Amino acid sequence: MKRISIVLVTLIAMITLTQLGIAQEPPRVVEIAAKRFEFTPKQITLERGKPVTIRLTSSDRAHGLLVKELGIDLDADSGSPSEITITPEVAGTYPAICDHYCGSGHGNMKMTIVVE
Amino acid sequence: MKKPRCQLHTAGGIIMTSQFDRRAFLRVSAMSLGAGALLQFSPLAGTASGSALSRMFRRQNGEGLSAFSIVQLSDTHVGFQGPPDPLGTKAFERAVDVINALDPQPDLILFTGDLTHDSEDAAEHAKRFAMFRSISDRLRVKKRMHVPGEHDAALDGGVLFRENFGETHYSFDHRGVHFVALDNVSRGKPIVGAEQIAWLQRDLARFPKTAPIVVFTHRPLFDLKPEWEWFTADGSAVMNVLAPYEAVTVLYGHIHRPDHHVTGTTQHHAARSLIFAFPDPSSAEKKPLPFNATRPFQNLGIRTIRSQAPAAHAVPLAINDVELTVREIAGTEGIQQMLKGATSL
Repeated sequence: MKRISIVLVTLIAMITLTQLGIAQEPPRVVEIAAKRFEFTPKQITLERGKPVTIRLTSSDRAHGLLVKELGIDLDADSGSPSEITITPEVAGTYPAICDHYCGSGHGNMKMTIVVE
Repeated sequence: MKKPRCQLHTAGGIIMTSQFDRRAFLRVSAMSLGAGALLQFSPLAGTASGSALSRMFRRQNGEGLSAFSIVQLSDTHVGFQGPPDPLGTKAFERAVDVINALDPQPDLILFTGDLTHDSEDAAEHAKRFAMFRSISDRLRVKKRMHVPGEHDAALDGGVLFRENFGETHYSFDHRGVHFVALDNVSRGKPIVGAEQIAWLQRDLARFPKTAPIVVFTHRPLFDLKPEWEWFTADGSAVMNVLAPYEAVTVLYGHIHRPDHHVTGTTQHHAARSLIFAFPDPSSAEKKPLPFNATRPFQNLGIRTIRSQAPAAHAVPLAINDVELTVREIAGTEGIQQMLKGATSL
């Protein structure tokens, strides 16, 4: 009887740990590289309802990445990346812009985030 | 008692209708110059709050309430040349002539940013500031106040702007109106910042809620179109500070087109640019409107808004839109001659 109890407890512990492991699986990380006056890639696709980490890097100077509707407002400088984890809830196509003025081509520095 | 109504009209019809509280003692009418707007302030004499305010301003500044007008100029982008508009500083220079011909002259001129077009070369940018000053110095009106746009101050944090015009945010009183210059560009981001907002709160604390306040800044303080960067990230925090005040007017530029908007009791007015126009924010793309060589100042014309009956503030304002023409600016020599003579750096 004691042996059965030990086996049961061990099994329950294993199942719980496995579930915890799934729950703690880190969100997908999407890297976006910024430089004057473009983002790479120009478009990313996110899954609705799935957490995702957006990571912004810059290879030259301060840039921003802003999508108000998705709660994304990042700033990165050369050597100082930044990131945010979001869970997009509404499918759609969202324009993203650099909102840190970076020179006379700044107005054309944009990309698209698709949530589906 | 039913509140009087005031309407702003354009050539295309009524664009804004708002209710004015009788406690608001200022009448603001505007003559938009493409170049900007001529605003006429007419204190509503005889109201209790108007008299009290007049006494307060006279006590504090030696100057009570009286009628006057101002001109707002915006987005001259001195140094920008090429498509979509090859005119360089011609529209700015024309605006100077138009303003110099006004009779009576306005008391004061407000420049709401992007005075210059930026350059990575600091010496070149300094040259553009000097060019801006050489043109604006031709104005007969000597009281001229400035706020920076992102093209003036975002790349160097406002260093060149300060060298030329002093601080990027400040306030002053003029004939019973409190003017506040707000900087929402020099941090690189469209932001005013907690420090400046705390300063604004302290600055306004001495005024009663009925005091007339004019805020001038570069970007809109509300979300006009964030995906075009037509917003200020902490604009709502600024508006929260302004919200208790009943007679606030915000003048801004940045969007290169006239726009009128009301939040609470605050009126927001955008001036046109003097370099090129942007499309309506309902458009799919933020693409400058193309230059029309046969009508070089199209969208940069003159718009007048005058009170038809200054003594009765329930009367609608009369608006007259006038576009500048080639003949006005180049006589018989035409557009080609004008382009040849465009001011270059």
